[in-house]
Amino acid sequence: MKMTDPSTLRAWLLAEAPTSRRQARASAWYVGWLNLRSNTLAMAGLIFLALLLLAAVFAPFLASHDPFAQDLGARLLAPGTDGHLFGTDSLGRDIYSRVLYGARISIYIVLLVALVAPLLGLIIGTVAGYAGGWLDVVLMRVTDIFLAFPRLILALAFVAALGAGIENAVLAISLTAWPPYARIARAETLTIRNSDFIHAIRLQGAGPVRIVMRHIWPLCISSLVIRVTLDMAGIILTAAGLGFLGLGAQPPSPEWGAMVSEGRKFILDHWWVATVPGLAIFSISLAFNLLGDGLRDVLDPKEGGA
Amino acid sequence: MTQRSSVLQAARRAPLAPRWPKKVASTLLTMAVTVLGLLFVTFMIGRVMPIDPVLAVIGERATQAQYDATFRELGLDKSLVSQFFIYVRDVLHWDFGTSIRTGQQVSTDIARVFPATLELATLGTLIGVIIGVPLGVVAAVYRGSWIDQTARVVGLVGYSMPIFWLGLMGLLIFYGILGWVAGPGRLGVFYQGVVPTVTGLMLIDTLLAGEWTIFKDAFSHIILPASLLGYFSLAYISRMTRSFMLEQLNAEYITTARVKGLSEWEVVWKHAFRNIRIQLITVIALAYANLLEGSVLTEIIFAWPGLGSYITTSLLSNDMNSVLGGTVVIGTIFVALNIFSDLLYRFFDPRAK
Amino acid sequence: MKQFKSLGAAAVIAALMSSAALPAFAETPPNMLVIANRIDDIKTMDPAESFEFAGADVSRNVYQKLVNFDPLDLDAGYQPDIAESWEISEDGKTITFQIAEGNTFASGNPVTAKDAEFSLRRAVQLDKTPSFILTQFGFTPDNVEETIVATDDSTLTLVLDKQYAVSFVLNCLTATIGGIVDSETVMANEVDGDMGNEWLRTNTAGSGPYVLSSWKPNESVLLDLNPNYGGEKPAMERVIVQHIQESATQRLQLERGDIDVARNLSPEDVAGALEVDGVKIVDELRGRLMYWSANQKAEPLTDPKVIEALKLATDYEGMANSFLNGQYTVHQAFLPRTFLGALEDTPYSYDMDAAKAALAESGYADGFPLKISVRDAQERIDIAQSLQNTWGQLGIDVELIVGTGAQTLDRYRAREHDIYLGAWGPDYPDPNTNAGTFAYNPDNSDEAGATGLLAWRNAWGIPDMSEETLAAVVENDTEKRAEMYRAIQTEHQKISPFGVMFQQVEQHGLRENVENFVAGGATTAVSYWVITK
Repeated sequence: MKMTDPSTLRAWLLAEAPTSRRQARASAWYVGWLNLRSNTLAMAGLIFLALLLLAAVFAPFLASHDPFAQDLGARLLAPGTDGHLFGTDSLGRDIYSRVLYGARISIYIVLLVALVAPLLGLIIGTVAGYAGGWLDVVLMRVTDIFLAFPRLILALAFVAALGAGIENAVLAISLTAWPPYARIARAETLTIRNSDFIHAIRLQGAGPVRIVMRHIWPLCISSLVIRVTLDMAGIILTAAGLGFLGLGAQPPSPEWGAMVSEGRKFILDHWWVATVPGLAIFSISLAFNLLGDGLRDVLDPKEGGA
Repeated sequence: MTQRSSVLQAARRAPLAPRWPKKVASTLLTMAVTVLGLLFVTFMIGRVMPIDPVLAVIGERATQAQYDATFRELGLDKSLVSQFFIYVRDVLHWDFGTSIRTGQQVSTDIARVFPATLELATLGTLIGVIIGVPLGVVAAVYRGSWIDQTARVVGLVGYSMPIFWLGLMGLLIFYGILGWVAGPGRLGVFYQGVVPTVTGLMLIDTLLAGEWTIFKDAFSHIILPASLLGYFSLAYISRMTRSFMLEQLNAEYITTARVKGLSEWEVVWKHAFRNIRIQLITVIALAYANLLEGSVLTEIIFAWPGLGSYITTSLLSNDMNSVLGGTVVIGTIFVALNIFSDLLYRFFDPRAK
Repeated sequence: MKQFKSLGAAAVIAALMSSAALPAFAETPPNMLVIANRIDDIKTMDPAESFEFAGADVSRNVYQKLVNFDPLDLDAGYQPDIAESWEISEDGKTITFQIAEGNTFASGNPVTAKDAEFSLRRAVQLDKTPSFILTQFGFTPDNVEETIVATDDSTLTLVLDKQYAVSFVLNCLTATIGGIVDSETVMANEVDGDMGNEWLRTNTAGSGPYVLSSWKPNESVLLDLNPNYGGEKPAMERVIVQHIQESATQRLQLERGDIDVARNLSPEDVAGALEVDGVKIVDELRGRLMYWSANQKAEPLTDPKVIEALKLATDYEGMANSFLNGQYTVHQAFLPRTFLGALEDTPYSYDMDAAKAALAESGYADGFPLKISVRDAQERIDIAQSLQNTWGQLGIDVELIVGTGAQTLDRYRAREHDIYLGAWGPDYPDPNTNAGTFAYNPDNSDEAGATGLLAWRNAWGIPDMSEETLAAVVENDTEKRAEMYRAIQTEHQKISPFGVMFQQVEQHGLRENVENFVAGGATTAVSYWVITK
């Protein structure tokens, strides 16, 4: 048995025989992180996302113009003219500043969906898994129905029903995104439900609500988090698609999908109006995909690459 | 994402010894329940919408009396429950009501627009399979090589691309600037109505009619959107192929085969590839289902008169009957393909043997 | 082997792709006119029901009317068509039409007064949305037997409920709903007493120059010559209208010669197409107005000074010279230019100082929150954003509520909007079409439910102006009538909660050889039969 030196964190984390459950878990995370760090592409994605987050936070300092300020006399300027890095749009607004502020909207959407959809899935999945019986059958049937739906079309229909807008877009995407999470949560619950420690807790007199919320949920979280990271790019693309169809964020807000849609009109002579926000959508979802791909490698070497 | 999860799901459910009739019956029942649920959800979305369907029908200038007449005509004075039952009954008779926007039966509309989507998605899947499968196999065989890395990047880029933007750029470059392909739409304007509709699939109808020039025109129209869709299914198909192949190549019997002195070609294609065929078919079925749905944005960009653009434009003009009809049709096909691939997987999973 | 097979297939595809790069057709066939247009608004081809722009374009070329406009001289007003002459009774309530001989339906049946009687009665009895154009003269489903009567094959009398300006009545008969259908053919296709409505939705039975050969909703409309047409044979034997949503696509197709006419070019694409050889741009003033209106149920908007400030803080020229460039011209009265009695004064121009001064005089000097309700069409959203910007400079916190057409309209009719931004097109080529909605609202109560009147929708009660509008309808001295409308509009500009901003100019992109393409001005629809190329 090797002695662990608690004074160096690294050694503590890499200890072959962890002394506590906490250390074991931290150690597993750390090893995963080391693996991830050796994956260049995944790190590129992570760094890009970090930069993007910073850019979004500090948008007011980085922007060269007010993203909403119109100048009908300086519309559709080419990139580089008059201090407009990416040119201007049809109302003379600075595209660079708009794209920068648009990052806030994208991050906002991703965060909200990443909160709502897994939560919904978590509740339905754990309840179904823990309760079992007819409730399980009914809930899983509902899940299957939603899983069978064409997602974009369902999201479209939801937004149409709820009214266009960013919150409703988030809600619509969440309503179509929860079923896989519910399945994962249910599977996890089924394995945990009959474990000894749950039996022990039940014997102590804990009710089902308390057991599900206090003891089962925490154990489902990590697998859900991983799954959500993998789904981020898809969420962004769906949100941008809704924006493109005019069902997402409403004008004058600089949502990237809506910006592409506006720029469509000018594609022949003023290509940059649609190109720049399109590239922005592509980069952020590529970054999420690179990161997700790296994560998958770490967690499931079989499917992964080199 | 749905694709991946379905396959995982299928893989997770341990396959039992196949008992055909019982299995098929229960699968059909599942499908029926799912489709009924689908009908219910679409119906609720349509009826709970805070939009007045009557206004969508009669427009801006109508009087109150005309409004009331249309209200009754649409059956809106009945209770929600009986409206739902009437709706289900009608759908079972292939009647989705009248489209507000086109003034025609939704079923007629769907029959008219669906072949366009079918043609596009089929060609797209074909392209995805023809390129994606070999790519996946090669990537697995030369794991870690530059081919593998390229395949991976190509796949990731595909997953990350907003299709509406890629389509726009494709149109700009290949049609607007280079002029290599024809523009939006299915056919050159003055070829409209020349070829009699037999299958509704333009490429086949033109050949049946022996109109080689029009066939080339149709091909020139479809190739760009189909390639784009093909790219998206390629990303998925090559990835799954690679992962299936890796599993096989690591298996013991492959080592045995190698030891026996079989050539690499035989090992890869005669043994490993043969064993993943069924898995591949399920993946392709799912990819196909996803293209049917995923063509919505592509159809909008390319003015492709298919089901996807039909549903979207109907939605934007509050034509709920058309939206519901289209959703039910796509949903049903989606469910059917999902269940088909599920069944296939359960019956033929090599691990079950 | 498998790999080789798929490689082979890839090679085939590659070969096809290179052969797909065909040279574009240099031009369309000489007897065929190919048009790109947005035709997704067509719901029906039945003239008793059709009420959309693209539908009117078809109807005008398929159906004749009692009186009609000459496409090459629209300013001349209504001219004889199926009716060769007409007489007015002394009390002004009865109009007797003499039906011309020699007009024939596509079926070969001759056009008689009986067909005219059938068509007009049918339009009243079916009671579809546009029926008000006829019923405003007192026709009802119950009295048409007495009021719309063909006394013999060549005489038709209309009995009105009171005297109206003759120009008003005849102008209304030039609308789509005045189209004369073949009674025999239509009744042969009747189902469940629908007077052929179902059949006429997708078929035509007219005596005009063309017949509808095919209509694929949202895709295309195909017109071919009516073999029995009584007039001169048109040069264009086939007209194809293809639905092309995108301006950029229309432009590329026009530049390549794939189409002869592009009808929805954006200002940017007009500018681009102008630089291409073989393409010309022709401007035509249309009847559609772009306006905003302020709900008089919304508190700050009842203050006349607030309305004045909003009108002054609108950047008319800025918009008309940028994103609307060439496609809208500044116009501030409710009658479109070229209409009888149109008023060309533009009393308001963009003046931030004056606007701020006006707002300072109102009770809301510090600004207030305001919602603009607008439908999801790009140019309207652009206008809304410009308003949001300039009104914002007044300290008004503007939020845009974007919705689909029906959603926006729903709120408007329910009088739940603050500001509605929208377009209005005349229903028939008489000043009353707009005066009767912008300047007529005798009963402003909720119970009145006059959802068809724009003044009512904005809760703007105007008993006096309504009287004036009614008086103008019965004035038979045309010059006097025009003067009355100008007076109403001057007053309207000053006090109404309507901010009329622009009138539409349609910029047609044409191949250079296309002549006589007339979209119908402010009064009617397109006329394919005079086009040559």
